[in-house]
Amino acid sequence: MAYSFPVEVLEHIFSFIDSDNDRNAVSLVCKSWYEIERWCRRKIFIGNCYAVTPRIMIRRFPELRSVSLKGKPHFADFNLVPEGWGGYVDPWVLAMGRAYPFLEELRLKRMVVSDEALEMVSKSFKNFKVLVLSSCEGFTTDGLASIAANCRNLRELDLRESDVEDLGGNWLSCFPESCTSLVSLNISCLGSDWSLQSLSALERLVGRSPNLRRLRLNRAVPLDKLANLLRRAPQLVELGTGTFSSELRPDVFSNLSGAFSGCKELKALSGFWDAVPSHLPAVYTICSGLTSLNLSDANIQSSDLVKLISECQNLQRLWVFDYIEDSGLEALAESCKNLQELRVFPSDPYAMEPNVTLTEQGLVAVSEGCPKLESVLYFCRQFTNNALFTIAKNRPNLTRFRLCIIEPRTPDYITLEPLDAGFGAIVQNCKELRRLSLSGLLTDRVFEHIGTHAKKLEMLSIAFAGDSDLGLYHVLSGCKSLRKLEIRDCPFGDKALLANAAKLETMRSLWMSSCLVSFEACKLLGQKMPRLNVEVIDERGPPDSRPESYPVEKLYIYRSVAGPRLDMPAFVWTMDEELALRLS
Amino acid sequence: MSPPLLGVEEEGQSNISVGASSASLDCLSQTGSGLKERNYLGLSDCSSVDSSTVSSLSEGNKDGLNLKATELRLGLPGFQSPERDSELCFLSSAKLDEKPLFPLLPSKEGVSSSPQKTVISGNKRGFSDTMDGFSETKNAVFTEGNWMFNANGADSETQQSAGQGKFPVNSGINVILSTRPTPNSGVKAFSVNEHSGPQTAMMKELPSKPLQGQPRATTATNLGHMKSSNNSSSAPAAKAQVVGWPPIRSFRKNSLATTSKNNDEVDGKPGSSALFVKVSMDGAPYLRKVDLRTYSAYQELSSALEKMFSCFTIGQCGSHGASGRELSESKLRDLLHGSEYVLTYEDKDGDWMLVGDVPWEMFIESCKRLKIMKSSDAIGLAPRAVEKSRNRN
Repeated sequence: MAYSFPVEVLEHIFSFIDSDNDRNAVSLVCKSWYEIERWCRRKIFIGNCYAVTPRIMIRRFPELRSVSLKGKPHFADFNLVPEGWGGYVDPWVLAMGRAYPFLEELRLKRMVVSDEALEMVSKSFKNFKVLVLSSCEGFTTDGLASIAANCRNLRELDLRESDVEDLGGNWLSCFPESCTSLVSLNISCLGSDWSLQSLSALERLVGRSPNLRRLRLNRAVPLDKLANLLRRAPQLVELGTGTFSSELRPDVFSNLSGAFSGCKELKALSGFWDAVPSHLPAVYTICSGLTSLNLSDANIQSSDLVKLISECQNLQRLWVFDYIEDSGLEALAESCKNLQELRVFPSDPYAMEPNVTLTEQGLVAVSEGCPKLESVLYFCRQFTNNALFTIAKNRPNLTRFRLCIIEPRTPDYITLEPLDAGFGAIVQNCKELRRLSLSGLLTDRVFEHIGTHAKKLEMLSIAFAGDSDLGLYHVLSGCKSLRKLEIRDCPFGDKALLANAAKLETMRSLWMSSCLVSFEACKLLGQKMPRLNVEVIDERGPPDSRPESYPVEKLYIYRSVAGPRLDMPAFVWTMDEELALRLS
Repeated sequence: MSPPLLGVEEEGQSNISVGASSASLDCLSQTGSGLKERNYLGLSDCSSVDSSTVSSLSEGNKDGLNLKATELRLGLPGFQSPERDSELCFLSSAKLDEKPLFPLLPSKEGVSSSPQKTVISGNKRGFSDTMDGFSETKNAVFTEGNWMFNANGADSETQQSAGQGKFPVNSGINVILSTRPTPNSGVKAFSVNEHSGPQTAMMKELPSKPLQGQPRATTATNLGHMKSSNNSSSAPAAKAQVVGWPPIRSFRKNSLATTSKNNDEVDGKPGSSALFVKVSMDGAPYLRKVDLRTYSAYQELSSALEKMFSCFTIGQCGSHGASGRELSESKLRDLLHGSEYVLTYEDKDGDWMLVGDVPWEMFIESCKRLKIMKSSDAIGLAPRAVEKSRNRN
């Protein structure tokens, strides 16, 4: 019986349980396990900051050391969520500052962070170690200065892809000379114009950080400084270069090449802004050890890419522009048999005509040649059902498949049919598929396939697809594991949504923009489902100034135990009982 | 009266059922088969949808088309306010040829016929000046594919709209679907997009961006296809941009630019893609982003900003009162025109200038950021702006 088993023993056992799902399961066994578990949980992940409040989190888990929060919906990455929508971290930092003096780690994604919040973080948590701001915004380098100055034991400062107002590199000088604890520094999103002072501050910082393993520089760091940095940090495992072009004199080249060869543990390379092909051989000495190569900021053409890639036999992850072309991907398929993840980005997405020869052939070749391929993000201009059949047949182990055919509603270019069957084959064969993004011409049939087969699918992104509510109905009623659904410009309306309202409580969130969901349906949903926040986002003005049956511009529905949020801007309305009565 | 779960009701107030009750599944699967086979392609089917919908309003039965059972009704008693009635009466007399604009809205409602009038009466935004352009576009876009609304909508609409106060959205949706033939070719793909067209037009226009015979995307709209349908009226050289498509992160777009150093504030490649700049206002709690390429003149930008920031001037953030909004809208316009606030921008050199001094094209090339400042703060700006442009020219 629980009470006769010492609490300390249980706590000790629980301390080996790391995964959130397992921890959640443990807490449901019985009341005493719930109590014990909540006191010893040290790490929490909150996928939607509005699903819960800081107070609720603190009340249940009084001893957290690591908090991860996500704010805006994924489509915010593509400017679909208006500025000011929300996702503010300040109230969280305020509450945690009081409740968790021993907090060590804060990881935020798509949240709005102010300089004041950063200052508060730097001063409230004496043992603060890890700050990861992924795709965040709202702060300047002044906020970073507070972090640098006050966090004595800082190990990680990772600003990946955040939108930071860069007031110069002086904040680097705020790291005290005594700070030697840095393990990871990612400032690649910062600006390209730094003073010499800032650059030397960076050099000194790197020089006194013997534990530095991950260093991602920004564009401001010129190539001739890179060799110095590398010589000070030969223990690096991950490197993001700064600008990779300069007047390359022979001595600079050999210096650089020598510096790279000194970094025997390098596994990941990125950066390469403005890379000039003649500079690339400087990295050849470490290519055989590379498992991850990110060239998605480099305008290197196919033949040079191939030369580089063929040196990297152990590559597991490759991010690259479509400059690689089909021929380059065929070469990739030949040389990199350990490839697990491929992302191909469009170099000129807005051009009317394709600027490179990148077609479905390239992806088919990689699917044939790379047996471990499981994650794909591929932008191209044409595709066929047959290609999808082949990919599905070759790679049943796919877990993430995101295909973006650049022109919306493009059919199979040979048969001119929709790509329903092709994607159907993907979901049918790839039984472990967790993430899928669709594109091309698609009817309701593809959703029927998805609903029938994609039982492990957790995240689905749909754009310009489908014919009717039936499409949405198939997805909501069939995809058992669905957590995140994001839809834009599809003719999905009220019926399917209202018929599957209960499903929405089993998901993290649903985003629908430029669809056909009426304001009336939103109100109804909000009224009937108190544990859902139904947010209508409409920049045209209050929804009640238009007829009820007008579709709303954007709709964001998420489950929440926090009730409607209180920090909404003027163009967001939460549908709930009260609002409906007020508006009627 | 209403059960805890939405249930299918009999009295002419039927709601969508929640969960997997067999009744709803049946309805939906029947609906589904109906939708799949697209039985309602063509006039007669469409009118049967309408008429069966209409009959259900009075009888509340589920005869004929199963769609009715799943149609959304306004179930709350007393929901229909008197002014809504008068709106309906007003709308039913509206011109029929404007109906095609909003096939979403069941034409029997009369709502679709003149949304602009609805908007004007219910909301004092300055739409009237945009509506003309709107009509142009509408005609251009809907010459094809929506003709059926004209034919069938009129009769049932005028007869039944008044006093009904019901907004069965489904019939609207069905009608949309029927405009679109089965997609089976690349060419047809164009017409597939029609269904989003009307919504596109509507949603795009309400924020009061005047058209120049060439609609531009301001929100997530399928503009590319609207453009192809507008070929007769305009022939754009570059591809029109749909917001957020293709789904590429802004920082990635920055590295595509041919210039090696790129401006952090400005997203996208110059010349063909979106140009987002941040707009802040003194005293406003958050800033907004606008895509400068969606405007072609200062007036457009100015009205869009008026709209966006109207709530701030009277501290009406979060207020949902329609009257409050109207008040702040017009007050802001007055304020802006009465020069309590001025619009300024930061240019590539980092200087703050008054907006409006240089030609529009030059402005969007050099504008990094916008700010709505109090006039008192902006006093020093005017002379410099004029000087700078003189130096440039």
